[in-house]
Amino acid sequence: MSAALLQIRIIREHSQMVSLLLSPLSYSFMQRGMAAAILVGILCSIVGCYVVLRSMAFLGDAVAHAILPGVAIAYLLNSSLTTGALIAAILVALGIGILTRQGNIKEDTAIGILFTAALALGVALISTIRTYAMDLSHILFGNILGVTQGDLWLTAALSVVVLGAIVILYRPFLIISFDPILAATLRLRISLLNNLLMILLAITIVIALQTVGIGLVAAMLVTPPATAFLLTRRLVPMMFLSAMIGVFSSVAGLYFSFYWNIASGAAIVLTATLVFVLVFLFAPHRGLIWQKIQKRSAL
Amino acid sequence: MSNPGDSAIEHPARLDINHVSAGYGNIQILKELTFQVPHGGQVAVVGPNGAGKSTLFRVLVGLLPLKRGNIFIHGLPLGHHQDCVAYVPQRGDVDWKFPVTVRDVVMMGRYGKIGWMSRPSKQDQEIVAESIHQLGISKFINKPIGELSGGQQQRVFLARAIAQQPHILLMDEPFTGVDIGTQETALNLLEELHKQGVTVMVSTHDLNMAAERFKLVLLLNRTMIAFGPPSDVLTPEKIRTAFGGKVLFINGAVVVDECCPPADQDNSGA
Ligand SMILES: Nc1ncnc2c1ncn2[C@@H]1O[C@H](COP(=O)(O)OP(=O)(O)O)[C@@H](O)[C@H]1O
Ligand SMILES: [Mg+2]
Repeated sequence: MSAALLQIRIIREHSQMVSLLLSPLSYSFMQRGMAAAILVGILCSIVGCYVVLRSMAFLGDAVAHAILPGVAIAYLLNSSLTTGALIAAILVALGIGILTRQGNIKEDTAIGILFTAALALGVALISTIRTYAMDLSHILFGNILGVTQGDLWLTAALSVVVLGAIVILYRPFLIISFDPILAATLRLRISLLNNLLMILLAITIVIALQTVGIGLVAAMLVTPPATAFLLTRRLVPMMFLSAMIGVFSSVAGLYFSFYWNIASGAAIVLTATLVFVLVFLFAPHRGLIWQKIQKRSAL
Repeated sequence: MSNPGDSAIEHPARLDINHVSAGYGNIQILKELTFQVPHGGQVAVVGPNGAGKSTLFRVLVGLLPLKRGNIFIHGLPLGHHQDCVAYVPQRGDVDWKFPVTVRDVVMMGRYGKIGWMSRPSKQDQEIVAESIHQLGISKFINKPIGELSGGQQQRVFLARAIAQQPHILLMDEPFTGVDIGTQETALNLLEELHKQGVTVMVSTHDLNMAAERFKLVLLLNRTMIAFGPPSDVLTPEKIRTAFGGKVLFINGAVVVDECCPPADQDNSGA
């Protein structure tokens, strides 16, 4: 008798939960936003594995900021903002590579110079635009609910290109990242591969702008992979787990954003950060608490 | 049965080094080296700290361009060979926190032959397993390399070099700073490689080991001091030329005081 009641209650709560999850999806802007969030979550988290392992977080952040002038110029020319962002991102990514490889300037210095210069140029250009308001603020903070069908197709196509390259060039990228000396003895085209990785990173960042905006792109590139790093010991599992964390954060963040009226980019990044903190504390072997216990039992 | 030495026996490597000079930027380190290593020869490269041993190896694998001279392998200039030279750096300059296991690292030795996309063949798997077994690291096969000791890490890189099935193997100070077990394993490996006809160059500053274990010694200090069998090369006079005043001869054994690199070489290298 009471068991049956309990069951009914569970079913009712269950169906409430389901409608909580499903009802936002009855809006088509939410459907598109969800699709974009999932794609961005996967892409950023997988490309981000290289960002974390090669310590390129600062570079990713710099490229994201350096996109601003490209967007401003595209806006002034009345052409596609995404194209402008893409061109700017690739130019800056390659520019940093050239400045660094020439050898007299350290990488973080090269990044600092180029990215602040590009940012200044962007701000200068934008200050000449009187009516910028909405469109450009979307670039800064992301506008996942404004994703159009066209944006979605472009995102999907670019995601396929980037992920395809990551799969096909898995071994060369692994070797140039892990052991550049072996890469050289195997006669891999190291600078070509590095440039290619930079271009893939640039494309990823531009795609991610839609959901989280310039200011928070770096978090999407770094936080899920860093979380996965704590839980895995091989690169492929790290990539898969990172993608799962990225998708979870994007989807959960979007729901938080919908129900609590928080900016979607911020909600996504905060969710990813929460997952990271939990793993950082509780992960087996590498988590803080596990290591504390190990140390105590060793004493 | 697969035998890691098969291809090496078919084409043992002859190494010709003619008037080679090399260095970093404008600083010349190696001057006018000329010597030949015969098929399957094993050479100990001996010299004080800063003599340019590591630099010579970097030149031989093509990491550092030649300033002058030329190098021939099998009679072909350097660069015409995809991966017939394997190189074990002094201390692997890799990211030790990278998420790769011992097996992953050793498998990288096969990448030159497998290519980008195809799966490792059964033969590749066997060669990797055999190399890992040969270096006594089978126990750690699924461990991340960051969790191994220094000596174990050195063995992983030696195993990877063996898995490459090179015709020429360059080992930079494999006996320095590792445990006795790893030293012994490396020495046994040399004998095995000798049977397989692989040409080997090993840098060391252990003069006694060079004299006992190698048929050829290259005595180096920026320039070539001597090259040939140990009895010709490791004479007190030549050793003194290479090492300066820091050599002691005690009852026939040679002791080198390696505590501090000589000041003049420090300056010229800076
Ligand atoms: N990357 C480098 N850039 C500039 N100078 C270097 C570099 N590596 C080594 N050197 C210099 O080259 C000289 C020879 O070094 P090395 O080949 O490492 O000697 P060894 O291995 O015999 O101890 C040293 O004086 C060293 O300071
Ligand atoms: Mg050295």
